[in-house]
Amino acid sequence: MGRYVARRLLQMIPVFIGSTLLIFCMMYALPGDPVAALYGEKKPDPAQILAIKHQLGLDLPLWHQYWNYLTGLFQGDFGTQIATQRPVADVIAQAFPVTIRLTLFAFVFTVVVGVLLGLVSGLFADKAFDRIVLVFTLLLISVPSFVLGYLFQYLFAFQLDWLTPTVQDSRDPGQLLLPAIVLAALSLAYVTRLTRTSVAENLRADYIRTAVAKGLPRRRVVGVHLLRNSLIPVVTFLGTDIGALMAGAVVTEGIFNVHGVGNTIFEALNRREGSTVVGIATLIVIVYLVASLLVDLLYAVLDPRIRYD
Amino acid sequence: MRGAKTMKWSTLAAAVALAATACGGSGGDGDSASGKPAGYVSMFNGEPQHPLLPSNTNEKFGGYVIDALFTGLVGYDAKGGLIDMNAASVDTKDNKTWTVKLRKGWKFHDGTDVTAESYVKAWNWMANVKNKQANSYWFDDIEGYKDVHPEKGEPKKDEMSGLKVVDDHTFTIELSKPVPYFEYKLGYKTFTPLPESFYKDPKGFGQKPVGNGPYRFQKWTHNKLIQVEAVSGYKGSNKAKNKGIQFKNYSNLESAYQDALSGNLDLVDGVGPKDLPKRKADFGDRALDVPYAGTQSIVPVFYSKPFKDVDPKVIQGLSMAIDRKTITKTVLQGTRIPSKGFTPPQVKGYQKLDTDVLSYNPKKAKQYIKEGGGIPGNKIWIQYNADGGHKEWVTAVCNSITKATGVTCVGDSKPDFQTDLQARQNNKVKGMYRGGWLADYPLNVNFMQDLYKTGASTNYGRFSDKKVDELFEKGDHAGSLDASVKDYQKAEKELLKKMPAIPLWDYAANIVHGEDIDGVKVGFDGNVLVTDITVK
Repeated sequence: MGRYVARRLLQMIPVFIGSTLLIFCMMYALPGDPVAALYGEKKPDPAQILAIKHQLGLDLPLWHQYWNYLTGLFQGDFGTQIATQRPVADVIAQAFPVTIRLTLFAFVFTVVVGVLLGLVSGLFADKAFDRIVLVFTLLLISVPSFVLGYLFQYLFAFQLDWLTPTVQDSRDPGQLLLPAIVLAALSLAYVTRLTRTSVAENLRADYIRTAVAKGLPRRRVVGVHLLRNSLIPVVTFLGTDIGALMAGAVVTEGIFNVHGVGNTIFEALNRREGSTVVGIATLIVIVYLVASLLVDLLYAVLDPRIRYD
Repeated sequence: MRGAKTMKWSTLAAAVALAATACGGSGGDGDSASGKPAGYVSMFNGEPQHPLLPSNTNEKFGGYVIDALFTGLVGYDAKGGLIDMNAASVDTKDNKTWTVKLRKGWKFHDGTDVTAESYVKAWNWMANVKNKQANSYWFDDIEGYKDVHPEKGEPKKDEMSGLKVVDDHTFTIELSKPVPYFEYKLGYKTFTPLPESFYKDPKGFGQKPVGNGPYRFQKWTHNKLIQVEAVSGYKGSNKAKNKGIQFKNYSNLESAYQDALSGNLDLVDGVGPKDLPKRKADFGDRALDVPYAGTQSIVPVFYSKPFKDVDPKVIQGLSMAIDRKTITKTVLQGTRIPSKGFTPPQVKGYQKLDTDVLSYNPKKAKQYIKEGGGIPGNKIWIQYNADGGHKEWVTAVCNSITKATGVTCVGDSKPDFQTDLQARQNNKVKGMYRGGWLADYPLNVNFMQDLYKTGASTNYGRFSDKKVDELFEKGDHAGSLDASVKDYQKAEKELLKKMPAIPLWDYAANIVHGEDIDGVKVGFDGNVLVTDITVK
C-alpha cells in the first residue's frame, strides 16, 4: 500500500504544475492591468507603473514570470500582493483557517445528518418518512443558497433573535453554525439521496440475506454489513465535495460576512492579483488531490475486496 | 484483512492531521474581541487596498482611515468653501508662489511637533518616483517635480526646488506656472505632513500610521477591523465628538445592513439594491440620502461609428430623450438626483444653467436628432461594467431613448470595471460609455478640466474643442480664484452646446444608522464626517 500511496503522491506533481500553469496563463490572459488599477479612474502614471512592474517582475515574459513564481513557491514564497503590498502567504494564512473551520463544520453536518437521513429513508423505502425526506431534499437542491442564507438570517436572527445576523467572531463555533448549515444544505441533499438509494438497493443483496439468516443482531446487519457497503458512492461524492465546499462558499461567506477563501479569491480576481489567485487555487487543487487520495484509500476500508498492492 | 487494518490507521492519521491544521490555524485570525469600547462608533468599511499612507490611498476604505488620522493644511465647508485646518494662512500674490503659515502647537500622535519641515520633507518623499506612491501626480504643479519624478529613468534630485522652509512654522511653495485654484488642491489627502519616525520604516508605518489628525491609530486586524481613538489634545476645528471609531470590514453592503438592523453596527454608508426599497420602513428617519459632489453621465466617444463628426444637436436630442426624473425615482429608488449641469451643486462655481437640454422632452428630442442629421445605423451602445449594479439603469436609459426617438439603444456589458476601463483606454468603446466622476476637491474646475480638455488623461471620449480648450486655458491663467471659477463657468455653458457627455444624475450617500448615534453628516466627497458623530 505504501507504494501505491507513493505513486499517487508522485502523480500529484504534474497535476500541480499543470494546474498552476493553467491558472497562471488564465490570469495573464484576463483583460485589465492590476498595476494601472492602482490609480482607479484617475490618471495613471506611466513612469511609476513601469517602476512597480519592474519591481514585481511583471514586465518579464510570461514563461519567466511563471518560472519565478514556481521557484519562489518552492522556497515558501507565495509572492506579494500588488496593491496592499502584503505577502500573499499572510493573506492566505488569514483566510484559510476561517474556511477550514467553516468547511469542517459543514462537512460534519453533511455527513452526520445526510447519512442518517439517507439510512433511515433507505431502510423504510417508499414509506411516509422516505417521501417526506424526498420532498425535503428536493427543496434543498432547488433553493439557491443565497435564498436559504437570507431566509435563515431572517428567521434565526431577526424573528427568533438567537444569533447575530453575521459572524462577528469566526472562532466562535456557535456563530459559524448558521453559515455552515447553509453551505452544507446542497451537499446534504445529495448525500441523503445517494445513501438512500444505495441502502435500499443493498438491502436486497445476497450478503444481507446471509447475515440475517446467520441470526446476526439487526444492529450489526445494518451498521456494519449494510451501511459499510452502501457508503462507497457517498464517500466518492464527499471527497470531491470538500474542495467544492472550500472554494465555492463565495455567496455564503458574503451573506454572513465570513472573510474566508471564497471572498479572498473573489476580491483578488476583481483586482487581478494574479499571485493571490494562483496561490489559493493551487492550495485548493492540493486539497482536492489529497481528498481524492483519501477517498481511494477509504474504499479499501469499506470494502475488503478492494486492495492496493 | 491485515491490509485493511493498517489502512484504517493511516486514514485515521490523515484525518487527525487535517483536524490539527484546522486547530493550529485558529491563532492567525487575530483578535477575538468583537465588542467595541464604550463611546466608540462602529461603521461599515472594507479592507483598505493599499498600506495606510496618505500618498498611496486613493480609494474609499483607506480614505476614511487616512482622513481620521491625518489633518492637512486646509479643508472644505459644506458649500465647497475653503477653511484653514493645520494652516493659519495660505497666501499668494501671483498664484505662483504660495506662503503657508502653520498653526503653532500642533503635534503628531507620537508627541513630536508638526513643523514646516514635516510637510516639505514628506512631500518630497511622496513625489519621488522611487517611492512609487499612487498620488504622486498631485505634486506635479510644484516647481522641480520633474527632477524627482521624471517621465523616464532615475530621479535627478531628492528635493523639489519649489518647496522652501522659511522657519519652523512657515514654508513657501513655488509652482512651475500659476494655478489660481492651487489652494483647493491642497485640501486633498495626500498634502499631509509625516512625522520623522516615518522615514526609518516606511513599510511598517503603512501598517501602523502615526498622524496629526483628530484620531490616533489603535489597531488594524486585517480583514476584520481598524480601530482609531479620539485624541483629547487635538487642536483642529474638527475635534472628534465621540471617543473613537471602529471601521469594520464587510465584504458586502447587504450583510452590514443586516448588522445595522440588529444593532450590531452603528452606521452603514451605502445600501445594497436588495435593501433599498425597504430602508425607510426599517430605519425610518435614520435612513438618509445626502447629495454630494459626484455625477454620473453617459459619454459618447468621438471616434466611434455613431458619433464620429456628429452634430452636437444629436447628442442634445439624446439627452432630452432620457426621463431622468422617472428613472431616478423608480429604478434608482430615489438614491440619485437628476443633473442640472456638468457640475453638482455642492461645489464652488456651481451655476444654474438656463437650458432644457437636460429635461425630458420626447418631441423635441426627436426633432433635434433629425435636424442634426440622425445617427449612422440608427443604433447606439452604452458600455458599462456588470459588477457595479449599473445594468438596471442603463437598460432604463436605453428604453427611454428608444421609446422617445426610435434610436435603437443597447447596453454593452463588460464583465468588470477593469475590462471596462481597458476598453476606454484603448479606444475600443462602440458608442458611449458610463462615466462617473467624484470630486477630488469641491471646485467646478475639477469636473471639467480632467474630463473634457483635449488630450486630458481621463478624457476617454477623446472630445476636443478649440473654444472649450481656450476657456479652460484662460481660467487656468486667471488672476484670482474667483476669476478662474468664472471662466470655467463660461466653459460649462460652452460644454452644454458641444455636449462631450450627457449628464444624468448626481450621487447621494445612502446612509442607515442605529439609534445610538446622532449627528451624521456627509462631506462633499460623500464620506460621512466621522468626527461629528455623537454617541448617545
